Amino acid sequence: MSDAPSPTPTVTTAPASQSPQGARIIAVTSGKGGVGKTFVSANLAAALTRRGLRVLVLDADLGLANLDVVLNLHPKITLHDVFTGKSSLDDAVIAAPGGFSVVLAGSGMVEYSRLTPEVRNQFLNVIQTLTPRYDVILLDTGAGISDVVLFSVSLASEVLLVATPEPTSLTDAYAAIKVLAMQQKRQHIRMVVNQTARPGDGRTITGQLQQVLERFVATDSGRPLRLIHMGDIPADPAVRDAVMRRQLLLLQIPGCPAAMAIAQLAGKIEETLLSRTTA
Amino acid sequence: MPHTASSPLVDLRDLRLDTALSLLGHVDSAYPSPAGHTPSQYLQSVIDGLCDLSLKDPLTGLANRRHFQAVLEREIDRVTRSGEAALLLMLDIDRFKQVNDTYGHLAGDKVLQNVASTLSNCIRPMDTLARYGGEEFAVVLPACQAAFGKAVAERIRRTIAATPVRIDGSTMLDVTISIGGAYALQWIRSTTLLWTDRADHELYRAKSEGRNRVCIEEQPDSTVTAEEKGMLFGPLYTPSGWGDLSSMTLNDSAH
Repeated sequence: MSDAPSPTPTVTTAPASQSPQGARIIAVTSGKGGVGKTFVSANLAAALTRRGLRVLVLDADLGLANLDVVLNLHPKITLHDVFTGKSSLDDAVIAAPGGFSVVLAGSGMVEYSRLTPEVRNQFLNVIQTLTPRYDVILLDTGAGISDVVLFSVSLASEVLLVATPEPTSLTDAYAAIKVLAMQQKRQHIRMVVNQTARPGDGRTITGQLQQVLERFVATDSGRPLRLIHMGDIPADPAVRDAVMRRQLLLLQIPGCPAAMAIAQLAGKIEETLLSRTTA
Repeated sequence: MPHTASSPLVDLRDLRLDTALSLLGHVDSAYPSPAGHTPSQYLQSVIDGLCDLSLKDPLTGLANRRHFQAVLEREIDRVTRSGEAALLLMLDIDRFKQVNDTYGHLAGDKVLQNVASTLSNCIRPMDTLARYGGEEFAVVLPACQAAFGKAVAERIRRTIAATPVRIDGSTMLDVTISIGGAYALQWIRSTTLLWTDRADHELYRAKSEGRNRVCIEEQPDSTVTAEEKGMLFGPLYTPSGWGDLSSMTLNDSAH
């Protein structure tokens, strides 16, 4: 609800298709960095957009924004300008190559990498303003378990945890799951295993994580947190190629195995999280 | 650069050192070039003495707030880099104003000095203990694991409670402290201000819950034990069960 005049027509006046409850907020997170979290967020956003959904990706990695790098964007206005009151939020919402919208954090956000009450409020305001305008908001969170990550994850109704089969990634994913189970009382977390070698790897890994959780992580409810395997993204040389060219994989090489896996993941997400048939 | 006493870079007689020397207690050193020292050695000792003074609380001899601030900054850098835990404790003498009001400020100073000396016997050499201000003290404990923080703070609290302070020939005062603590977490790039804020908040909680107690900020337990790792990796990465997965991991772990 910005009161600053915006040069572009805003969508605050609800379109007819608007869902009454606003966007589904999904936090895309990971135990450690470098597992392809931002890559998944950006390409998943493109895949969901292709399915006719209105998608926004919010760079919630306040200190270390990478979405601009992945999408090859050079934004003039970022969340930093919104937080400091220099720009309206509408001006910070920019169009990404895949047809979805993004709000980037900007490098000046380093000073916000600690979660003061002001940052918390600013962040909440941004989310609340954007929610009615979209079907899905993906929060591209930071890696690890900082308080900013935990806070941005707490705003999401669903958590999509990206991990790779590497032991270090799995250990850190497990640590993150543990914290989310205990600190946020999450009932379930959705898993995407990136860079898998063969079909079934992700399901096996998710199953193994689940067993360790059930053995070692006590929850208040007594029921263990449930990991839901949403899909695998196979190791695919095309990914590296797209990342190096700073292009969306789904636009550049839509037929490659990784792109098809992401399209499938989008289908599953729409099916399980976004079907409004109950309305 | 070699220089001798016959050609000093600085002639000490040109410097106004009297204030510095009186601060250092060298009141008798009217002529500031004692035998056996070159002027630069002498000047170095004066500078060292002043630095030492500027880092210490005069009443208790503990680190002062300025020194503590520098230690905290360094500790945050270290934690960010190493991922180790570090605990900050803020300690406040309970109902200290009553001591001052009832027995006078000299008695109050005595209590501060005694508490300071008891506290310094409670900590490890690597820990830094400071007088933070008034009747508030602070300790930073590097490499203090989450499981031990509460025990350390409890031990400090009990020791203070068990050590009455003699404020004059006949009067012994029971002294208690409240302790608040917060960890600098791994993965977090924090600031000293926010870290002390969090510990202060816990101290406030300890006070409002009745004093003479310890409150330490609950931190999400993100440690993964060897047992958990064993169960996690055992079936996934053994050559028999997951040969393909483990060889793939070795080859593709470049990023």
